[in-house]
Amino acid sequence: MLVNRKLILAHFWLAFAVFGIALTLGAWQMFIRSPIGTWLSNPELYYRSLTAHGTVMGYVFPTLVAMAFGYAISESALQQRLVGVRWAWAGFWLIVAGSVMAVIPIALGRASVLYTFYPPLIGNVFYYLGVVLVVVGSWIWVALMSVNLRVWRKANPGAPVPLAMFANVAGSYLWAWTAVGAALELLLQIIPVAAGLKATIDAGLARVFFSWTLHAIVYFWLMPTYIAYYTIVPRAIGGRVYSDSMARISFILFLVVAMPIGMHHTFGDPQVGAGFKFIHSAFTALVALPTLLTVFTICASVEIAARLRGGRGMFGWIGALPWDNPMMLALAFSFVMLGFGGAGGLINMSYQLDASIHNTQWITGHFHLIFGGAIVIMYFAIAYDLWPHLTGRELIDLRLMRTQLWLWFIGMIVTTFPWHWVGILGMPRRMAYFDFGDPAIAPQALSVTLSAIGGFILLASGIMFIVILARGMRAPQADAGPYRFALAVHQPTTVPVALNTHALWVALMIGLTLTNYGYPILNLALSSGTSVPAVYVGAQ
Amino acid sequence: MSTRDLFTFRNSHFRTGVGITAAIFVVTAIAGFIVLPFAQPWVQFANIWDAICSAAGVPQRAAGVTAPEQAKRLSGVVLTSNTLSRPSQEAIGRGATLAQRCAICHGPTGVSRADSPNLAGQYAAVIYKELHDFRSGARTNAVMSPFAVNLTDQEIADLSNYYAYLPRLPAYHPTPQLPKPNIVIYGAPMRGIAPCGSCHGSLDNKTGSPWLEGQSEAYMKAQLHAFASGERRNDISQQMRNIARAMTPQEIEQAAAYYASQPPDVVKAVD
Repeated sequence: MLVNRKLILAHFWLAFAVFGIALTLGAWQMFIRSPIGTWLSNPELYYRSLTAHGTVMGYVFPTLVAMAFGYAISESALQQRLVGVRWAWAGFWLIVAGSVMAVIPIALGRASVLYTFYPPLIGNVFYYLGVVLVVVGSWIWVALMSVNLRVWRKANPGAPVPLAMFANVAGSYLWAWTAVGAALELLLQIIPVAAGLKATIDAGLARVFFSWTLHAIVYFWLMPTYIAYYTIVPRAIGGRVYSDSMARISFILFLVVAMPIGMHHTFGDPQVGAGFKFIHSAFTALVALPTLLTVFTICASVEIAARLRGGRGMFGWIGALPWDNPMMLALAFSFVMLGFGGAGGLINMSYQLDASIHNTQWITGHFHLIFGGAIVIMYFAIAYDLWPHLTGRELIDLRLMRTQLWLWFIGMIVTTFPWHWVGILGMPRRMAYFDFGDPAIAPQALSVTLSAIGGFILLASGIMFIVILARGMRAPQADAGPYRFALAVHQPTTVPVALNTHALWVALMIGLTLTNYGYPILNLALSSGTSVPAVYVGAQ
Repeated sequence: MSTRDLFTFRNSHFRTGVGITAAIFVVTAIAGFIVLPFAQPWVQFANIWDAICSAAGVPQRAAGVTAPEQAKRLSGVVLTSNTLSRPSQEAIGRGATLAQRCAICHGPTGVSRADSPNLAGQYAAVIYKELHDFRSGARTNAVMSPFAVNLTDQEIADLSNYYAYLPRLPAYHPTPQLPKPNIVIYGAPMRGIAPCGSCHGSLDNKTGSPWLEGQSEAYMKAQLHAFASGERRNDISQQMRNIARAMTPQEIEQAAAYYASQPPDVVKAVD
């Protein structure tokens, strides 16, 4: 039951429109930094573009996709009209206003601070206010997801919450809490300086606050992808979810351990004690658990589909899978990229191995492979799956969809594998220019060129994606029927209260944040003499 | 079943969830705060509490160690991009009177004929910092130091405002403009040299960095050599010393010649 289709489509279209712009900027950055591009002679333009690319891809695009998907899940999984539609539109327009407010100073070159802010660099205050508006808009969505679940619970006391909604609300709570770190950094530290009320800033404390947000935000990006793994893919390929409980446990684990691990981003930072770095490193290892559980459950679910289709033998069933189904293809590509990206992530989280790749191009390669690859390819799949239900029109061109997914997969591998490689060779990240004529880095020119070519393959795939969706708006009308989610092999009739509510897990998430972040933040906040003069971007 | 039945140790999910989480935290905390600090043979701890404080990052001063004495004075000037950004007319007027004693080297219009820096239209923060450094001894010069040593804070601010107020005039003997050398627009990334233009104007300007267009070639060369040899050391983060040390003599020549040949009116206006 999808009633507020306009609302959901508005979120998706805004998401994909800004994605298209940021993707183009990304491809241009790859090109201009590579040996095939002629150097601009102006690094400021590069960092301007990089700030826009990161701000859109990190804050605006995935948030809008999660919101659109969340509204769709709330209506179709709970079988209930969305409560608070006006609030939802208010949230949407806040995001529009925030994005415009943030992009103008970036375009003018007054906020080239990259999306991770990097104090003591300070940009124009409207850039930060824009980001705050985007986050506030998304918090309206968080509240609405919670309210809608509450309304449903009142009407269905004691009934198991549908898995899709359970996971969706878990994702929204994770976002609400993880965004607090960056919000504190912006409101208490950066915005007062950007507004001219202060001239110094504690950059170390700001980095700790940002690490609070920076890692769990990745799992917020990941949530729609995992929800699609569990609740869309098995239905789309004619199978069933192997275990509903396993799915719930995975989402709960994300809620608990995605949060208190962000300091593995600050392994190189002297202001954080080594003991806390170790604890965060150990908890980061734990976050691999829900992913391993998911890979197991989804492989089992896929095998069920294959055997239902007549697949036989130890591995023979793989051939019986519906490989011409874009959803199957997207899942396979996503898993391959998740595998490589996850293995790279294990290297990043370990204190010693990280030392060899910290702040190199390896890191940029890593998060593009995981986020741009494993996660975003499932965003495409979600859009393809939902589109006929949102537009009331059929998406007919399966071949074009398969080509698009193939191109995205190939493009992402061609982009990120050489990217990782040059990182191992020591190429630093966040550099606008490399002199490949220098014998010391001349051998890396080939890898960087390959990466840039991959960037253009991705751009081609992104354009195809938008074309497919736009054509879908004009296709002949067809009733796609009600939007359904995958059923489990054993559909739950009763679920223990711990697996049907989020309270315990939210409490553990907050508790672990206090134990793992409390002392480092207090220590830095209460120490004197830790602030440095702000460096204003574009100031003279 | 409500959440009231959940938050109790009678509920097995609560017991397991809280128990496992707490156990993992305690084990990792013991490892991170006690076992691993003592596993470093090169660090000595007085007791367990000492090790825990060290691993937690508690700021502490090592006992019995005094900070090494600085052989030379360091710059103590704090600049922000708002330093002296709103001068009053009176301040400029007072600066003009004081500047008469500077004219012998820096020229009556702030344009030098003696290979001293042209000060007309220089950023106020730059003059402010250099005068403070000459006064404190962080920068020394046989001619400048005696002039600066008796200036008050107010006089330094007034002089800076006055010179920043003057229009930028072309250098006395303009040479044909030279093409931009690589060191100015690209720097040398493999040697850690940022482009000159990324701080000194043309690409961007960073607070405290002077614009260089039309300055004396001999003066700029001398300063780069002084930075390279460590004779001049009032760049607080050693940014100019690190750059000058890594520059080749040809690059120093090229950069100085290029900037000397540029007219100062290309410098970006101050906000």
